[in-house]
Amino acid sequence: MTTVTVPENWIKRATRSIHIPPVFLFLIVIFLVSGLLDQIYSDGQIFSNPAIMLNIVVRSVALGIVAVGQTLVILGASIDLSVAYTISITAVMSSYIMLGKTANVPMAIASVFGIGAAIGLANGVIITKLKVNPFIATLGTSLIIKGIINATFTNYTGSVPESFQFFGYGTIGSIPVIGSIPVINSIPVSIVIMLIVYLAGWFLLARTKLGAHLYGVGGNSEVARLSGVRTDRVLIGAHILCSMTAVLSGLFLVSQMQSGAPWVGPNGFYDLNSIATTVIGGTALSGGKGGVWGTLAGVLIFGILDTTFNQLGVNPYLKTVLRGAIIVLAVASYTIRSKKDAA
Amino acid sequence: MENVTEDITPKSPEMTVQPTVEVQNISKRFPGVVALDDVSLQFFPGETHAVVGENGAGKSTLMKIMSGAYTPDSGTIYLSGEKVSFSHPREAQEKGVSIIYQEFNLLPERTVAHNIFLGREPSNLGALEIRKMNNQAVEVLKELGVEKMISPIALVSSLSVAEQQLVEIAKAISFKAKVLIMDEPTAALTYTEVSLLNALVSRLKQKGMSVIFISHRLREVFDISEKITVLKDGKFIKTVNKQDVTPEEVVFLMVGRTLDHYFPPLGAPEDFGEVVLSVKDASNQILTGISFMLRKGEVLGVAGLQGSGRTELAQSLFGVVPFKSGKMELHGKAIAVKSPAKAIKNKMGFVTEDRKSEGIAPRQPIRDNMLLTVRAVRTLFGLISKDGVGKSRRLVPMLGQQVDIRTDSFDRETQFLSGGNQQKVVLAKWLASDADVFIFDEPTRGIDVESKASIHDMIRALTKKGTAVLMISSELPEIIGMSDRILVMADCQIAGELPAKSSEQEIMLMATGHANVNGSNKAASVGEE
Amino acid sequence: MTTTTINSPETFSKAVGKLWGWIKKIPPVYPVFFIIFIVLGMLNPSKYQSANGIMTFLRTASPLAVLAIGEMFVLASGGFDLSVGAIVTFVVLVSSKLLANDPANAASTILIMFGFGLLIGLVNGVVVSFLKVPSFITTLGMMLLVRGGALYYVGGAPQGYLTDNWRAFGRNYIQNVPLFGRVPYALIILLVISIITYIMLNRTNYGKQIVAVGDNVLASKLSGVRVKLVRVVTFMVCSTLAVAGGIMIGGYGGVNVTIGEGLEMQAIAACVVAGVLLGGGKGSVPNAIFGAFTLQAIVNLLNLLGLPKPYTDAVQGLIIIGAVAYVGLTSQKKQ
Repeated sequence: MTTVTVPENWIKRATRSIHIPPVFLFLIVIFLVSGLLDQIYSDGQIFSNPAIMLNIVVRSVALGIVAVGQTLVILGASIDLSVAYTISITAVMSSYIMLGKTANVPMAIASVFGIGAAIGLANGVIITKLKVNPFIATLGTSLIIKGIINATFTNYTGSVPESFQFFGYGTIGSIPVIGSIPVINSIPVSIVIMLIVYLAGWFLLARTKLGAHLYGVGGNSEVARLSGVRTDRVLIGAHILCSMTAVLSGLFLVSQMQSGAPWVGPNGFYDLNSIATTVIGGTALSGGKGGVWGTLAGVLIFGILDTTFNQLGVNPYLKTVLRGAIIVLAVASYTIRSKKDAA
Repeated sequence: MENVTEDITPKSPEMTVQPTVEVQNISKRFPGVVALDDVSLQFFPGETHAVVGENGAGKSTLMKIMSGAYTPDSGTIYLSGEKVSFSHPREAQEKGVSIIYQEFNLLPERTVAHNIFLGREPSNLGALEIRKMNNQAVEVLKELGVEKMISPIALVSSLSVAEQQLVEIAKAISFKAKVLIMDEPTAALTYTEVSLLNALVSRLKQKGMSVIFISHRLREVFDISEKITVLKDGKFIKTVNKQDVTPEEVVFLMVGRTLDHYFPPLGAPEDFGEVVLSVKDASNQILTGISFMLRKGEVLGVAGLQGSGRTELAQSLFGVVPFKSGKMELHGKAIAVKSPAKAIKNKMGFVTEDRKSEGIAPRQPIRDNMLLTVRAVRTLFGLISKDGVGKSRRLVPMLGQQVDIRTDSFDRETQFLSGGNQQKVVLAKWLASDADVFIFDEPTRGIDVESKASIHDMIRALTKKGTAVLMISSELPEIIGMSDRILVMADCQIAGELPAKSSEQEIMLMATGHANVNGSNKAASVGEE
Repeated sequence: MTTTTINSPETFSKAVGKLWGWIKKIPPVYPVFFIIFIVLGMLNPSKYQSANGIMTFLRTASPLAVLAIGEMFVLASGGFDLSVGAIVTFVVLVSSKLLANDPANAASTILIMFGFGLLIGLVNGVVVSFLKVPSFITTLGMMLLVRGGALYYVGGAPQGYLTDNWRAFGRNYIQNVPLFGRVPYALIILLVISIITYIMLNRTNYGKQIVAVGDNVLASKLSGVRVKLVRVVTFMVCSTLAVAGGIMIGGYGGVNVTIGEGLEMQAIAACVVAGVLLGGGKGSVPNAIFGAFTLQAIVNLLNLLGLPKPYTDAVQGLIIIGAVAYVGLTSQKKQ
C-alpha cells in the first residue's frame, strides 16, 4: 500500500468539518458556575473535596451507562422508551434470583442479560419487521414490561449478597497522594465500569463496521440499504445493546440499593433523562450524527446540577423546573442557528 | 411500432462478443400498472448504451431490477452468460453491477471514504481498518483523476454538488464494477460538469466496462452513448446505433408522434410592457451586487453553472434568503421581501426546482395542494370552501383544466401522480395565487418530453397574458428556446446579459467568465430582434 | 327487456363494489371500538347496553378524547406534545389551592387555568419555531417545568379540595333528558369541542395549513404558509384542550398529585390507534375521539374480565403496537 501524501487544502477542509459540540463548553461553564456558587454559599464544601466530586460521578453512573445505549439507538434514528422498565425488571429479577447468596450471582446476571437481550430483540423486531414507529413500539414494550413487573412484584424483592455490592460501593487501586492535598486514593468500581462502557461505545461507533453501518442507517436508511447494509440487523443490534446497557444500569442500582424494587426505573426517569442527555450531548434526534462523549458530558452536567441544587438546598420541585428549563436551553443552543425548521 | 423487435441488428458483429448483461423477457407489474412487459436487452463491454423513454416507460424499473433493488415477476438476467438473480442490491454489486441513482445517495454527515465503502468497509473481525479504507478511497478517486480535488476524510456535506456526484461515481466503480448504470446522473450537473462526466465515461469504457445511461436530455444521450434503446409504456420499442438516427427520430419513437416544435415562439416586441420588477445592487450573504429588470410579458432566462447563484437568486427574490442591501422595486414600489408569505402578497410566484421536497405536500389531496398558496395568505381562521376561495368556488376544476392534469379525482393524494402531473399541480398552485411575477427554477427537470412541451407552452401563455417570468434553467437549449433575454450568472453575481437566441457558446463563455466584456453592448440591443 | 336483465346484476355488483370501496375506507378504529363495546355489552348487559351505562362510560372516556384531539393537532403538524399530562396535574393541583375551598372562586380559577394553558402552548410553540428545539425535547422540558411548578406552588401535596361546582364539568349529569335519561356534562363538552375542532381542522385555512406543514414544511413555507404562526397556534390549541381535559379529569377523579401521569402517552396512543401518522400530514377529529374511546373500552373490558390492573398496562401496550403494525403493514402493501 502506497502512503498517501495529503494535499494542503484537504487539511483545511477536514478541520472545517470537525467541530467540537458546544456541550463540552456547557460542561465547563456549569462546572465553573457551580464551583463559584459552592464557594459563595457553602465554603467550597463540594468542589474542594475530591471525594464528593467523585461521588457526583458515582451518582451519574446509572444514567451514564444507559445513556450510552440510548445514544446508539438515537444515532440509528430510533429511540428507546422502555429502558426505565428494563432497569426495573433487572433490579427486581436479579435480587429475586440472588436471594442474598453469592452462589446465585452468575445465574442472576446471566438471566437479566438474557431478559435484556430479549427486550432489545423485541423492540428491534417490532420496529424493523412490523414497521412500527420506534416511539410507539418502545412505549408499547415499556407498558408490557411495566404490567408484568407490577403484577408480579409490589415491593422490595429478594436481596443482593454483599459480594455483589462491590459493583455499587467497591473501589479499586490507589492513586498516590499528591503533595499535601488529600486526593483520591481509590477509584469506585462503578466509575471504572462506566468509563469502560463509554470506551466500548466509542470504539463501536468509530472503529467497527457495526458503528459505521449504524451511522448509515440513522443518516439515511434507504441509502444504507442500497449500499448493501443489512439495515434491519443493524438496528436490531443497536436495540439489543441499548437494552443491555439498561440491564447494566439496573445491576448497578440494585447493588447500591441491596434489594430490587419495581419503581427504581420509572422513579429515576431513566427513559426521558437518557434521551435528554443524549440530545444535549449533540446527537441529533433524527439520527446519523453524534457520539458518546457528548452524552457523557450531558450526563455529568446533570450530575453537577443535581449536587449543586442539593447543596444549595433548592426545593426539589423547583429543581425539576430548573432541569426542564436547562434541557430546553441546552438543546436550543445547538438548534437556534440551524437553518432547518424543527418539528 | 409493434413489430420492430427484429431491428436489433441480429447480424451485428457484436453478437460474437458475450454481452456483459443480458435481460430476457423481463416483466414487472405494480398494483394497477405493468411497469415492464416482456423486455429483452443486451449490453456489451466497452460500450455506452442509453435507455430512453418518457416517464413511466419503465427505464428506472428495469435498472432497479438489474441492480437488485427490485425482483422481476418473470424473466431472467444473465451476467457474462451466467444466469443470476439478485435478492438484494448488495448481491448485484458483488457481481459487478453498480448503479448511481437519480437522487443523491450519500450520507452528508460522514466522510467521503465512509460513503464510498459503506456496507463493505475493510475490517478485521468487525473492527474497521480506517487507514486502509482511506487509502483505498484515494485509489478509487485516482481512477477518476480527482484525488487532488476530493479528500477521503472530508465530510460529504462540505463538498459541492458536482464533487458529491463524483463521490457517487467513485462509490459505484469501487465495486470493481463490470456494469455501471447511471440513472439521470446529469440532472444536477451543468454543461461543463457534464463534459467532465463524458471524459470519465470514455475512460471507464476503455477499461471494458459496460455503461448504461439513462437521461431525459437527448443531447447528452447522443454525446455520450453509442447505442440507444427506446422503451415506451413498459415495452421494448427499438435499439438503434447513434449514427443511424437523428434526435427527432428518437423522440418519435419515445412519444409515438413527432413533436413539431420543442418550444413555443418567443415573445413579440408588442408583448413586452413596462418594468414590473427591478433590482438594484442587491446583496446578501450569498449574492453580491445583483441588478436587473424584468418586464411585463417577457421570459427572462437565467443561465449559469452549478453554484453560480442561480437558485439563490430565486430564493433571495422570493424572501427565502432575503436580500440585505440594495433596492427592490415591484410595480414601481420599493419593497423588501422578507419572507415567502410577503412575496406572495406582492403577487410573486415561485415554481421551485425540487418538486418532491419543495413543491408538493405529498399526502394531501390534489385540491388542497392547488389551493395552498391562496389559503396561506388568507385569515388564519377564515372558513374555506372545498374547491376554491372566496367567490371563485370552482377554482380547482378550472385550474385542473388549465394545466391539463390527468387524474380521475382531485381527492387523490398528490404523491400518487406521475412526476409531470405533480409539476402541473405545482404550477396550478401558483396560477391560483394570481401572481404576475413568476419565478421558475428548473421548470422541466426530470420531466418527460411531452409534459415538458406543455409546460413550456404554459409559461409562454402566462407571458402572453402579461405575466413577467424569470426562468432559471441549467439546460441551455431550454434557456435559448424560451428566453426573450438571457441573464448569465457567475460567482454569485450577474456576469452579463445576452439577447434572445444567443448561442450556447456565447452563454458558456460568459458563464465561465471569459466574455463579460461584450455583455453590456449586447444587452443594449434587447428588443430589436 | 333483455338488456335490463343482463344489466341488473352488473349494476348490482357495481353498487356492491362501490359500497365495498366505501367500507374499505372506514378506518379500522371504528369496527374495533364497536366490537369491543358489543363484547362489553354481552358480558355486562346492564352496564353497557343501557342508556344510563353508556352515558357513564362516555363520562369516563370523554376527558381522554379531549386530550387526544389536542394531541392529534400537534401530531398532524409533525410534532409531539409530551406536556399534556403535566398540564392536567397542574390544573388539578393549582386549582385546588386557588379555589381555597370557596365555590365562588371556581369561575376565576378556570379562567386562570385557561390563561396558563394558552401561555404554555405559546411557549412550546415559540421554543419549537424560533429556537428550533425539536418538540419532543421542548415539551419534555415543559413537562418537567409545569409539573415541578405545580408541585412547588402547592408544596408537594394537594391544598384543599376541589369545589363541587368546579368538579361538575367532569362529574355531573344533566338529568331527565328524553331518550338518554341523563347526559354527562363531559360528553356535551366533548361534543362542543369536537365540533369546533372539526371545523378548525377541516374547514379553515388554518386546518389545511396544519396538515400541509406536517406533510412538507419546506413546500408549505415556499407556498407562503406562516409555518411558525401555524405551529405556535397548534401548540396553543393542544395545551388549551389539555386544560379542558384537566378540568374534566379533576372533576371526575378529585385531587391527586399523580393524576396526570402518563396521560400524554395515552393521548398519543389514542391518536396512533386511530391511525394518525406520527411525523405529520394526516389527522381527523372523529378518529382521535374514537381512538380514545377504544382505549377506554379496552381498559373497561380488561377490568370486567377480572384482570389485575397491571395487566391492563401490558395489554394496552400490545394493542398499541398491534394497531400501528397493522396500519404500517397494510399501507406498505398498498405501495
